[in-house]
This record gives sequence, structure tokens and C-alpha cells, in this order.
Amino acid sequence: MTDQRHRDKRNVDVWLTGTEDPDWLVESTDEGAQKMASQETTARLLEQEGLAVADDRLLDEDIAPDDELMIINMGPQHPSTHGVLRINIELEGEIIRRSKPIIGYLHTGMEKTGEELTWLQGPTNVTRMDYLAPLHNELVFSLAVEQLLGIDLPPRAVAIRVLMTELNRVSSHLVALATNGMDIGAISMMLYGFRDRERILAFFEKTTGLRMNHNYIRPGGVAADLPPDWQEDIEFILEKVPPRILEYEDLLKANPIWMGRTKDVGVITLEECLAYSVTGPTLRAAGSDWDLRKAFPYSGIENYHFEVPVGEHGDVYDRYRVRIEEIWQSLSIVKQAAESMPEGDYKTDDRKIAPPPRARIDESMEALIHHFKIYTEGFQVPEGEAYVAIESPRGELGAYLVSDGGSRPLRMHMRTPSFANLQALPVMMADSMIADTVATIASLDPVLGDVDR
Amino acid sequence: MAGDQIVEGSEEQAETPARTLPDQAILRSIAEQFTDIEWAPSTGQDVFMVPKDLVRDVVQAASEAGFEMLVDLTVTDYFRRRSSRFELVINLLSIQHELRLRLRAPVPVDDVRVPSVVPIYSGANFYEREAFDLFGLIFDGHPDLTRILMPDEWDGHPLRKDYGMSSVPVQFKGSHQVK
Repeated sequence: MTDQRHRDKRNVDVWLTGTEDPDWLVESTDEGAQKMASQETTARLLEQEGLAVADDRLLDEDIAPDDELMIINMGPQHPSTHGVLRINIELEGEIIRRSKPIIGYLHTGMEKTGEELTWLQGPTNVTRMDYLAPLHNELVFSLAVEQLLGIDLPPRAVAIRVLMTELNRVSSHLVALATNGMDIGAISMMLYGFRDRERILAFFEKTTGLRMNHNYIRPGGVAADLPPDWQEDIEFILEKVPPRILEYEDLLKANPIWMGRTKDVGVITLEECLAYSVTGPTLRAAGSDWDLRKAFPYSGIENYHFEVPVGEHGDVYDRYRVRIEEIWQSLSIVKQAAESMPEGDYKTDDRKIAPPPRARIDESMEALIHHFKIYTEGFQVPEGEAYVAIESPRGELGAYLVSDGGSRPLRMHMRTPSFANLQALPVMMADSMIADTVATIASLDPVLGDVDR
Repeated sequence: MAGDQIVEGSEEQAETPARTLPDQAILRSIAEQFTDIEWAPSTGQDVFMVPKDLVRDVVQAASEAGFEMLVDLTVTDYFRRRSSRFELVINLLSIQHELRLRLRAPVPVDDVRVPSVVPIYSGANFYEREAFDLFGLIFDGHPDLTRILMPDEWDGHPLRKDYGMSSVPVQFKGSHQVK
């Protein structure tokens, strides 16, 4: 089953259009592509399947030798896989030798859907990919559209985007801490993390109308201005959340159980991170200070002062430390953005892109036409292609958009960080204990909507 | 963008039209290794147009020039828009030079074999499986080119433009036995 010839035959003969080999379909009744490559000999496999008679010579050898490997299946309905991730794990005793993540259980064809939606409807689609950081998805899509359009935004729209995405980073990291704690057995951390995230989601609901999947950041600006008493809400968050973070650091930082479960667990080196396209807190925990907010600043984030926390060991504990530090840095950016929030429009006044204010529609025929055109046909984007990336809580989140000059994208591709980071899971888990699996997965913080799209 | 480009006026290329080469020394060093790749910046971003058979060589050259990471690999389907229907798009990132580079390689529909870049960047593994799954491109030299997002026995490649948007019959496991 595993020899190269068979694999070539499968790829070439079957998948070239119009050359399907009917025999292949019969062979592929099982989940062949989702199995790990077998290490058993063909004769041994035949004996195991009962297709070859095991003769007396087997009685002389140890039928189940001590070093026999066992493949166990984890997921897709496992509570610690953060969704519908499935992993095939090959065990030697309690030690993981090989593993293979199997994904696709949440694949809903969002990139295909994106080709049918107008540029203005795009954010409502992409916001459902990484559902723990929806505003980052909307931001990167909008930035890519604006790159193709070549427009500038009013300063208030840009500052609102920074304020909202950095708050979103805090809420996403709080969930990462919460689920990381829960997987290792610190149930109180789970309750605390979700409790504080709720304060931020309440502000999101007040501003955008929804707790998640906001469709708030759109090409041309944001959908609505901040609510009238938003400064008090931000002050409330900045007053209530930091003492809690201190508390969580007290709870976990020097906790011997926590350190025993996380130190030197799930280690990945910097070289492996680069080879496997790993970005975000996982890369920074391995010792790189790579942060797209510093390297390729977007939305004026270079105007705010913040540090890039860096770990050194690349283990679960360092990833936890990096996330805690990033929460502090993001709260600092939120504070700076709230203090320096400029006055003015919250979306561009280019009426070909952003719809006019509701009141204008009653007064102006032209405003009515613009409103109608934008919400039916949509605005048109010049022909071209662009790749824009931002630093999401999980790593480099990129949008690759191709326009043929119409009001819908010819191709909408999202480079999602969880998809790439998940590739490195076998590297982290190789030769570690089976009990560390959940800690490693949780520290990677994958969102399966982000992986499968 | 025109200001960023400079035209090379060396004598050995006098008989052919002068090639436009990028400004940055790193990109220029890559471009000068190959005569067939074309410098085509797009919305201010650095892009090389590469013949598909040269993809692995150009990626190897970029890797040696300091591009440590392959951040993205995807495909665009220009169905009935271009003679060469598909376009392989590879996004590379250099952390030490803080530079991005995009390679675009047209792939005709009657020859969808492309050299795999997994031997150079291990991180291309999932991306090439995704490109195979959703577009049907075949990557020569990929260690495990199987479907990744769609079920194994799915017919067709959903992100192709001639693959319908709606009303796909539900395919259950073993459905081939009844059809």
C-alpha cells in the first residue's frame, strides 16, 4: 500500500481530469489518505488481516513483542482538541514516536463562498474563520481590499481598528490561557479566563452589535462609530482586567504543578519554526522577536509604544509566558489608543466605497443611488492582486486577493496561522509522553475554523 | 512603482529586450541567476513571474538568498480569462531582511504537474496538499500528496471555477458502490 509506485499511480492516474481509474475507487473504501504510512511488512499485514495463514514458525517468535508500536486515534470529538482536530498517534509504550494531524472536519468552503460575495460582504464571511479573533480577520481582508483600491482612511477609523483588534487580542489570549489551564487540570483558570473575556465581549457587543462574528471592520473604515460613553467602558476594562492578570500570574507562574506540566514540554526550536512556517507566539517563544506589527506595521500601529515579548526555550511554559506578556502589551496599546483617539469620520467619505450616512438618503438623490449601488452590485475594485498580512493572536494572518476588475473577488485566499502552525505539531510531539499531548495542543492554540476554513 | 524599477543596460543582453530588474540587491541577485523569470511588481509588492518548471530552482535560490520561511502557497484559477489557466502563487518571507517576495507561476490545465518545494521548505507540505485537493495541481516529489480538507473519495476539485457553487450531492463513504 505504501510503495511509491502505488502512490504515484494514485495521484497521476486518478486525479488528472478524465483519467479516473475505476479500480481505484474500490480500493479507497477506507480513509487511506488519513492513515499513517504503515511500517509493517506486507507479509505481516496479510497475516494480521487473516489473508495469509500464520504457520507454526510464528509460534517460535514473540507474537506481541515489547517494542510493538500502537497507533491510537485522538479526536475529532475529543474535548482537548479544541474543535474537530483529529490526530493519529503512534505510540511506543507511553512515548509518542510519530503523529499525523488530520483536518477537514470543519471545512465549509469559505474561500469558494468568498468568490460569490461582493467586496463589502467579504468581511462577514472571513470573520467566521478564526472565531476567537474575528476582528483580525475582518481587518486583514479590509486592508487587502484597500491595498487594491489604493485609498487612505480617516485617522479615527484607523485608530478604532487598532483599539478593537488589540482588545480582541486580549480576549483571544484569555481564551488560550483558559483552555490551556483546563486541559492541564487547572479548572479555575478556565472559569477566570472566560469571565474576563466576557467584559471585553460585552464592549464588543455594545459597539458592534454582536459578541462574535462582528462584521465591524469593513473596506473603507468601520461599520459604526464607538458608542457615546465608550471611554468609560474602556476605563472599566483597563481597571478590572489588569488586577486579574496579575492574579493569574500569581496562580500559575511559579505553581509547581503548572511548571511540571509545561516546562520542557512540546519543545520546538527556532529552526524548526522557520522550516514549518510557524508564526506568532509559538515562534516568539522559540526565541525570535518577529512581530508583523514591528516589521510591517499596519493601521498606524507603529505610532503606539509596545514591546515584543520573547521566550527562549520554545516550550509550553514559554508560550504561556509570551501570551501573558502580550496581554499586558495589548492593554497598553488599548490605553494609548483610547487616550489619543482622534475626532472625525469613522469611514472614508468616498461614496463609491463607503455607503452614505442614513440621514443623507432622505435628502439626496445621489446618496440614495450610492446606497443602492453599494448594497446591490457592490463597488468595483481595480484589476490586480495583493497579499497583506497582519499579526493575529495566532501568528501571521494573510489575505491574498485577486480582482478581475469586478465587484467580487476572482480569488479570495486567507493564509491562516493555525493551518500552518498545526503542521509543526508532529515535530513538537515526537518522542514526548502521551500525557503531554493535550498541553502541547493547547499551547499551540489552534482554532479549527481557522484551520479548515 | 515605475520609479522603483531600473533597466539593466549591459552589453550581453543587447540583442534581447532589456530586462527590468528589482532594486533590492537580494531580489536582484535571485533574478540574475535565471534568464526566464520576469520582474512584475503588483500594488507595490515584489513579484516574480516564474515558468512552472523553474519553481523549485527559484525557490531554492530564494532560500539561499535569505528567505527563511514559506508563508503561503496557493493557486488562482483564471478560467476562460487566460490561456494558461492556473497560477501557482508562493509567498516567501525573509525575517533577517524584513522582505516579502511572491512567485507566480502559470500552469496550463493540460499539464498540471509542478515541482514540489517540500524538500526546501517542510512547511509547504499542507499547502501543497491543499492546492492538490482544491485545484488538482500535482506536485512532483511531495511525500504524501493526498486530500487534506475534502473527504478522500470526493469527486472533483471544488475551488476550480468550473466546479459548481451550489447543490452538490452529498457523498457518503462507500458511495461509489451504488453509482
